[in-house]
Amino acid sequence: MNDIVNLTRRSFLKGSAGLAGALVLGFHLSERAWGQDEIPGKVELNAFLTIAADGAITVYVKHSEMGQGILTSIPMLIAEEMDADWSKVSALPGDARAEFAHTEWGIQATGGSSSTRSSYEQMRKVGATAKAMLLQAAAARSKLGVDQLRSENGAVIGPEAGQRWSYGELAADAAKLAPPEAVALKERKAFKLIGTAQHRLDGREKVTGTAGFGVDVKLPGLLSARVLHAPMFGASVKKFDAKRAMAIKGVRHVVQIPSGIAVVGDHWWAAKQGVDALDVEWELGAAAEFSSESQRKEMDALLAGDGASAKAVGDTVAALKAAKHPIEAEFDFPYLSHAPLEPMNATADVREDGVTVWAPTQFQTFDQMAAAKVAGVTQDKVVLHTTLLGGGFGRRANPASDFVSEAVAISKAVKAPVKLIWSREDDIKGGYYRPRTRVSASLALDGDGKPSALRVKVASQSIMAGTPFAGDLEKTGIDPTQVEGLDNWPYATPNLAVSYHRVKAAVPVLWWRSVGHTFSAYVKEMLIDEAATRAKADPIDYRIGLLGEHPRQVALLKKLKEASGWGKAGAGRHQGVAIHESFGTLVGEVVEITLKGKQLTLHKLTAVVDCGSVVNPDTVKAQIMGGSLMGLSAALGEAVTFKDGKVVQGNFDTYPILRFSQAPAVEVHILESGAAMGGVGEPGTPPAAPALANAIAKASGKRLYTLPLDLASLES
Amino acid sequence: MKLDINGQTHEVDAADDMPLLWALRDVLGLTGTKFGCGGGHCGVCTVHIDGVATRSCVLPIVALAGKKITTIEGLARGKTLHVVQQAWLDLDVVQCGYCQSGQIMTASALLASNPKPSDAQIDTAMEGNLCRCATYPRIRAAIHAAADKLGS
Ligand code: FES
Ligand code: FES
Repeated sequence: MNDIVNLTRRSFLKGSAGLAGALVLGFHLSERAWGQDEIPGKVELNAFLTIAADGAITVYVKHSEMGQGILTSIPMLIAEEMDADWSKVSALPGDARAEFAHTEWGIQATGGSSSTRSSYEQMRKVGATAKAMLLQAAAARSKLGVDQLRSENGAVIGPEAGQRWSYGELAADAAKLAPPEAVALKERKAFKLIGTAQHRLDGREKVTGTAGFGVDVKLPGLLSARVLHAPMFGASVKKFDAKRAMAIKGVRHVVQIPSGIAVVGDHWWAAKQGVDALDVEWELGAAAEFSSESQRKEMDALLAGDGASAKAVGDTVAALKAAKHPIEAEFDFPYLSHAPLEPMNATADVREDGVTVWAPTQFQTFDQMAAAKVAGVTQDKVVLHTTLLGGGFGRRANPASDFVSEAVAISKAVKAPVKLIWSREDDIKGGYYRPRTRVSASLALDGDGKPSALRVKVASQSIMAGTPFAGDLEKTGIDPTQVEGLDNWPYATPNLAVSYHRVKAAVPVLWWRSVGHTFSAYVKEMLIDEAATRAKADPIDYRIGLLGEHPRQVALLKKLKEASGWGKAGAGRHQGVAIHESFGTLVGEVVEITLKGKQLTLHKLTAVVDCGSVVNPDTVKAQIMGGSLMGLSAALGEAVTFKDGKVVQGNFDTYPILRFSQAPAVEVHILESGAAMGGVGEPGTPPAAPALANAIAKASGKRLYTLPLDLASLES
Repeated sequence: MKLDINGQTHEVDAADDMPLLWALRDVLGLTGTKFGCGGGHCGVCTVHIDGVATRSCVLPIVALAGKKITTIEGLARGKTLHVVQQAWLDLDVVQCGYCQSGQIMTASALLASNPKPSDAQIDTAMEGNLCRCATYPRIRAAIHAAADKLGS
């Protein structure tokens, strides 16, 4: 079946006025919308673009822009195949639409470093289809055959001099045509745009303050809200008194919603002060007994058992028993907050006839379903507009749709459009963290200093549990996200055992930029580095010697050695290395530091990335830079901890993220191996912390197995 | 009370203790200035008060009578971007962009007082502006590029 249709006459375009005579291309609308409570099969792929009479092309981007540059790279794919004039292309975030489903997941979502690679063919097909229709329109107009015409830079060109029809002039005719059954895509060597560095299409609005983030939504009669959440996970409201809150100038309503008590006012300052003035008595139950320390004990008890086997090769127990002095390491990784600089927020307008939501979200479909449920309407009555996202990092891909559900519940209660914004403290204390993870590992080496057996036990909460992605978790006891990066241990090791020990806690957890790789790379690369130290081998050469089955990794390490000036650090400086594969992409990093006592200075981070092939190299470099620095940020200072049931941290003074002066210079090199396209949003993150820790080990002789790094312990 | 913002006088009907940030965003609709922490920790709310980079989230409007306030919306001259904004575009500094109004306001105030800052001076000036996307290396490069342009 032809899966691209001409949608010009359908009236779904936001602000479609002014598009008269425009060509609007989309994919076939799926007959099957998402049900309220079942996970349907994959919906049809969809996407579209418009061409205005003046030749301006607008691409509606189905994935959320959260910094990764998708608002530029998807239009590049379309423009490439269309032979469009790139200077006339602009992009807008796509609203929630069934035909904007992720090509692999069947829901509209942005995550897993998958936006470009999953839509690479689909978007090119949209461009090629548009081009074919424009050529056909030009053929009809000129009475020439399509084979006598060619397309170039936003126009169709005929064989005679002066025969040139711009896409703008042809758009109205093209809009009347049926799309071709099949289109051919360009060969890679014919690309003019793909693979070249292009400026971001969203740059200007972001440097002039005109970009529309979720917190910037403006509507007539819009009220502002903040929600007071329970001070502990698992606690609930016993009773509350709204008197003091209502007395604050500008406060209009105080309403209880399932997740807490909302204060609604004329502006956010009123709502914020109102929350601070609420008098609430909480039902705490056992919540107050929870602490980081009590959890550590629970986790260690779990680690003493066998757990669920995620990978077993050879006889690891026997091999470890036979080994002399295996490397033994106990890792501890804290809960991490995503802490995007735009706080959690959403705007909702619940009316008799339906619901409109504006949200900076990575999960349009789930949010739409949640909004429908909370408002008590069917999903087709929910319009969801995607805004720009002031950072996502996984936090805005929440199967529980927490912030959207809250906004809808409040708007429904007060019968007015409401913009909910969390305070920074609400965010840092509000959960959906990277799970606290403890890992116990034993690595034995043979007489030649090569790994003979590895046993790794991972204890953490499951991210997938209770979500539509749980799969057969309850049966197998394994959450794949918690053993990823370990169950495919790449270094030649004849005996290997990886087990998962599921922790239960009331703390909500979620994927945090690179998910399980946030810790598995640290475990893997610290262990192998220690093995190299024991074998008295160069850390890069040692790794290469064990990666015979992984030629891409070997090539990457060789390139990294040269690019980083490996072994040639300046006087008093030390280098550390790490490499890790995630989301289909390999990244190796070398961090160069100075360490005097506990005084750590990061000079330089060199990264080499092999993501197969590249659409916008500048974006790839930016993502690997940002991703690796976020990894360093977590290693240097981030932790959410619990005392007497409460989160200890609250704002950036107690939850320190990387600052300007801490950031090293970053150099990113791209190695295009031609392998299948991988992602780039997350893969920069995993190798950064272990590369740093390995540099610290080189400088101090000490391996720090707990994050964040306790530099003070280096002095004792 | 009256506020002088981007060269225009605005009458603001709000409590004296309302922080400038919320007067800008929720009373006047100037949403280019962002909210990130509300406690002076992140810098996304940075504006110029008489040319000095200042956190608007902890600044009550009552303190601003007679002062000149400049926000990100008032930095460009018509369609001509400020040299710092242009350098940001040239080097593709932004990622999510949420912190960048604040970064640009801090950087432009720095260059106004010190047209040729050293790396150490850039560190000091920019230390209070967080960027979760960690665009710091490109911000540094863009400040140097803007300084070069100013000096030429
Ligand atoms: S919002 Fe003002 S410093 Fe963070
Ligand atoms: S660009 Fe995203 S926070 Fe700075």
